[in-house]
Amino acid sequence: MRTAYLDHAATTPMHPAAIEAMTAIMTAGGNASSLHTAGRTARRRLEEAREALAHQLGARPSEVIFTAGGTESDNLAVKGIFWARRDSSAQLCRIVTTPIEHHAVLDAVQWLVEHEGAEVTLLPVDADGAVSPEALRAVLAAHDDIALVSVMWANNEVGTIEPIAELASVAAEFDVPMHSDAIQAIGSVPVDFAASGLSALSVAAHKFGGPAGVGALLLRRDTACVPLLHGGGQERDVRSGTPDVAGAVGMAAAARIVVDGLDAHAERIGALRDRLVAGVLADIDDVVLNGAGGADRLPGNAHFTFRGCEGDALLMLLDAKGIECSTGSACTAGVAQPSHVLIAMGADPASARGSLRFSLGHNSSDADVDAVLEVLPAAVERARQAALASAGLGR
Amino acid sequence: MRVLVAMSGGVDSSVAAARMVDAGHDVVGVHMALSAAPGTLRTGSRGCCSKEDAGDARRVADILEIPFYVWDFADRFKDDVIDDFVESYARGETPNPCVRCNERIKFSALAARALALGFDAVATGHYARLEDGRLRRAVDADKDQSYVLGVLTAQQLSHALFPIGDTPKPQIRQEAADRGLAVAEKPDSHDICFIPSGDTRAFLGARIGVRPGAVVDAGGAVLAEHDGVHGFTIGQRKGLGIAGPGPDGQPRYVTGIDAETGTVHVGGAADLEIHALVGERPVFTSGVPFDGPVECVVQVRAHGGLADAVAELRDGLLHIDLRAPLRGVAPGQTMVLYRPDADGDEVLGSATIAR
Repeated sequence: MRTAYLDHAATTPMHPAAIEAMTAIMTAGGNASSLHTAGRTARRRLEEAREALAHQLGARPSEVIFTAGGTESDNLAVKGIFWARRDSSAQLCRIVTTPIEHHAVLDAVQWLVEHEGAEVTLLPVDADGAVSPEALRAVLAAHDDIALVSVMWANNEVGTIEPIAELASVAAEFDVPMHSDAIQAIGSVPVDFAASGLSALSVAAHKFGGPAGVGALLLRRDTACVPLLHGGGQERDVRSGTPDVAGAVGMAAAARIVVDGLDAHAERIGALRDRLVAGVLADIDDVVLNGAGGADRLPGNAHFTFRGCEGDALLMLLDAKGIECSTGSACTAGVAQPSHVLIAMGADPASARGSLRFSLGHNSSDADVDAVLEVLPAAVERARQAALASAGLGR
Repeated sequence: MRVLVAMSGGVDSSVAAARMVDAGHDVVGVHMALSAAPGTLRTGSRGCCSKEDAGDARRVADILEIPFYVWDFADRFKDDVIDDFVESYARGETPNPCVRCNERIKFSALAARALALGFDAVATGHYARLEDGRLRRAVDADKDQSYVLGVLTAQQLSHALFPIGDTPKPQIRQEAADRGLAVAEKPDSHDICFIPSGDTRAFLGARIGVRPGAVVDAGGAVLAEHDGVHGFTIGQRKGLGIAGPGPDGQPRYVTGIDAETGTVHVGGAADLEIHALVGERPVFTSGVPFDGPVECVVQVRAHGGLADAVAELRDGLLHIDLRAPLRGVAPGQTMVLYRPDADGDEVLGSATIAR
């Protein structure tokens, strides 16, 4: 059976050039902290990767902290900057964030609330999931205890792009550091760290064709950050541990490909996505496209609510037909929870359960869109009947 | 056939799934999430709905190369099984939640969803045999679970499959090991899955609260006070809070529970003996109600509690005359009727014991 992979927001296949670059490093060996020839060679590759990644993302090489992925980058930024700010002034204990962040941010914040006495203010989001700079300004004006602001660049479920530069400029007015989880944005929209005005920005390689288990935190030199991992003092003492040279090289190679090809890629998958959305809205009744429209949406994202359906039933029916997509979020036991993102956007739990995300990526094709449009109407019909059958059972 | 296998993460349903794959069916595994707050760590070997059990089931499904999903039935399970269990105890009854779960969840909510989504049958890891609509005891008498399936209607059974009922448990474990399934050595689950501590009285007490009453003997003398009838079940001897045996020197048992007055009646062993039963909500496995008296064996507990009997359906109630007395029979328990057969007793039907 031919499968149509439409879950690139979960992870996207590695670019062959990234695999090639990594493989070359893996055969070479060497610890980048060692002083002999092997070490020097590894260190040179690591620093080249740092320079390349920095160049692609508008950062200085010294601002790149390599990590083991997006979750670590988010945790390091949220906890590390919180601790550093509180160390500088004990009253700085408030984190301003949004209810639609990835759990890597939300749960790190919650942990700080439970264990470190942090306070939280959640910024409101509109029905599309967008945060307004005015709302941030109001919160910053109302509190003098803010340690940091964290707002994602683009939402992983509904694809809405946040006005990061405007938000960062508001944060700067109040002299509060701002972090952004840009994990879904890189490779889909232009991301320039310096131009953004952010203090910190999270990167995950596997979302743009690099290897899983590799990421980075872009961190301004003047933003203090207490480390999570203590040890050998690598990565300017913010992130100890023997660096994953091959991973860093693979990430840098992928970044080069996606940043260089950004405009053409966004135009191509944006057109595919538009065809998918138009087809779904035309062929199926009672369906809603969630998230922002036009330029405020990631080009590869299509997120729908099919009224009267349970998303996990729909997911199974599509899986059986070779369509690979996602309900957006799942816990480790695999129980579908109503999406916290949709709930924050004002959806009721029942319709939040009936949602599916299709996310397109670099190897998506017209055939993938055709496959979805061929299978989806009947699957939705069947899932709706199943929901009725379950609901009809007497209690 | 398209077969959905309910995979708990235990050895039995794992082998059931493997056998369905071997039989050439198009198989999908589904783990039913039944707890609203699944634990993150296993506590002992108990429970059928922890994250770890879901992970075990997923691992088996991956080895079998079948799709696997977790379906959330926690709300339904709470309404139809847990709340029912608590309310039944509060009424002075002794319910069997596994029976309820099969009746209302596995072969009702799960099956309805499966059929609506295009499956032809639901398979489980129960020890029972089902051929041509005839439900019989498992080959392994010690593991036989036909009792907890006795409440299923002919319609429910028409799309059920029990792939392991023809095999003794030790061979199922061996088969799991031979197939390389890591669950081969996983301990059996015995207790009520939603009471992982095993302390039913504490579980009920936390939900029902304190409803004091008296423990009285046949003469009406108050022997003790208690915190609620939910702490008692008919036939219970320990934990009655009374000093020693009765005046005849014989042990005393709970012989009756009156939830309205909070009275727990105690008496001697002879007072426990029951010679007749009445069952409500009868189910006939063949789909055809009894016409006239039927010779059968009645079973009133998951393990044991058997007696020869004559059953007759009158005015929608099953009236049972026992050929030999049964002890410790409580309202709320399920009675399952069997036709004795050397090749495996056949389930004829069931009812909920009213008195």
